[in-house]
Amino acid sequence: MKRKTLFTIDTIYRQPLAVEGLYFSEGPDAAPAVAVVGALRGDEVQQMYICSLLVGTLARLEQEGRLAPGRKILVVPCLNTFSMNIGERFWAVDNTDVNRMFPGYDKGETTQRIAAALFAHLRGFEYGVHLTSFYQRGNFIPHVRLWETGYEQAQLADGFGLPYVVHSTPAPIDTTTLGYNLQVFGTQAFSLYSRNTSSVHEKSAHRALRAILAFLAERGVLLPGSADIPEAPPDPAYPDSAAPVHLHEDALVTVLSERGGLYFPAREPGDRVNTGDELAVIRDPFTGEEKERVHAPASGHIFFAHEGNLIAGHDVCFRMIPDAATDPSLR
Amino acid sequence: MIETVFSVELAVGETLLLQKNRISGGSASRRVCVVTGTHGDELEGQYVAYRLAAELRARPELLDGIVDIYPAINPLGINSIHRSSPLSDLDMNRLFPGNRDGNTTEAFIDAVVRDIAGADVCIDIHASNIFLTELPQVRINENAAAELVPRARRLNMPIIWVHSNATVLESTLAYSLNALSTPTLVVEMGVGMRVTPAFGEHLVLGILHLMDHMGMWGEKIHITPATVVGQDRRVAFLNAESSGIFIAETRVGQDVKAGDRIGYIADPVRGELIETVAAPVDGLLFTIREYPVVYEGSLMARILESRG
Repeated sequence: MKRKTLFTIDTIYRQPLAVEGLYFSEGPDAAPAVAVVGALRGDEVQQMYICSLLVGTLARLEQEGRLAPGRKILVVPCLNTFSMNIGERFWAVDNTDVNRMFPGYDKGETTQRIAAALFAHLRGFEYGVHLTSFYQRGNFIPHVRLWETGYEQAQLADGFGLPYVVHSTPAPIDTTTLGYNLQVFGTQAFSLYSRNTSSVHEKSAHRALRAILAFLAERGVLLPGSADIPEAPPDPAYPDSAAPVHLHEDALVTVLSERGGLYFPAREPGDRVNTGDELAVIRDPFTGEEKERVHAPASGHIFFAHEGNLIAGHDVCFRMIPDAATDPSLR
Repeated sequence: MIETVFSVELAVGETLLLQKNRISGGSASRRVCVVTGTHGDELEGQYVAYRLAAELRARPELLDGIVDIYPAINPLGINSIHRSSPLSDLDMNRLFPGNRDGNTTEAFIDAVVRDIAGADVCIDIHASNIFLTELPQVRINENAAAELVPRARRLNMPIIWVHSNATVLESTLAYSLNALSTPTLVVEMGVGMRVTPAFGEHLVLGILHLMDHMGMWGEKIHITPATVVGQDRRVAFLNAESSGIFIAETRVGQDVKAGDRIGYIADPVRGELIETVAAPVDGLLFTIREYPVVYEGSLMARILESRG
């Protein structure tokens, strides 16, 4: 393992922002095989933690000679230490989102320069894995997401062994994300969503580690038999899937609140529900009186769940994968 | 008349409202929409909303048509000094056209678009951000320039900046409304968290002038011709190459010569001047940094290059 400072940004009154990368199987003849990127935002603690687990595991596997020679791996656990250290999600100065700045511009504004500097180190890798989070606050069933750019090889996502692969048609705002731009510039890029964002969830973190190792093994970056390791054992709560379900984001069913108030969910990501099942109760915040019961509009699985004890009216309580959502043609 | 366009219950004892002030007169059905407050830290449009409504109320006999004023597209942000929507921490001007079936913010935005769509013209007023002061200007996507520049010339703004299309800007209010055949002009002026009445007065006159041209306002108003910035006029961007404290030595609206000092970047810890910021071209300084803390890359000024 080689720990390198990829680039720095100077500031006044704080130490320079130093973005670190951890390289494995590096050498003069090594081909850039897989880049794994963690927290681009300051609240992506789970994503950084997953990277730390991966770094520890890869360091051990490298020492044991179980990494394929000549297949370089880069892990960037955290781009945005500046924001993470002060509890901000976006860039600490102007609240811009680095993950809306790619491919970046080295003569532009600060976050454009940061994006450009990171992107320069990621370009040329054959595969990219971005551990990322959603724009709505909530928890997910662990899954892989990929942008429909016309360059994606969707069947490669099966290599993570996660139960769902969600295909998304990029909106204009999405064309500035890391995943989209890696894809467009020739890297097969996948976004990996863990359950949580701002706090560590051990089980789903280890599930994500297991998924990345499975992908590395299938892509020949780990030597055979190296993916099954004690740090990431099989977990009945998050079973491996040899044939993940591919679905389009548009097939997800959104369950909205009608009223605002104290929010009591009865279900969580991964739960199986049937049409009409009670999913949550919204209560008056002062009297406790019930204002609304939220029911499942379809049978399927809970994919995303609102996080927090308060909810506004017309907000997303859940997103569900209805039973009819599977689309074999997407694979 | 104050109308509620959209309302939704917040979690605890409050309702989020999208309000507009509809002022109508005469018999014409032509409609002008004036929109502001999409970014909660931009307040220049508050003055325009107030002054325009006051003008229209003071002389109702001159009005023939409908003026809808939306003073706060991001009411929670304006009330809490948040640029983005506090409900989602997302820039509302990157979420258009919204989504009726989406979350609270997306549904709110959908209601904005539905209510304005079909107007004869919409003016979307912004105030830069807390970092930069802008000379009043109309910004127009090059794809819509042919239709919008003639209208923009009537707004009494010194600069009309026709910029290239960026995909990300397709998520703005202006792009969404223009795509729905509702001509929408974006005004940028002043600086965030402040009100500059002189700029506001220019725009109020300009809106009345535009309305006069549309047959909606019975008074002749004289305005200052604008400079159109397009492919024939280059804009020079001055970005910081050092981090420190930027001290501006010029104001927007000044003509500068190549080599003129715009300002400098200081290091207060060491007591050193670390970067002198000079104009790279002759021209009109129309953007200057207001917030002194700069990082490498921070924009400090923009200059509209003189015709060569």
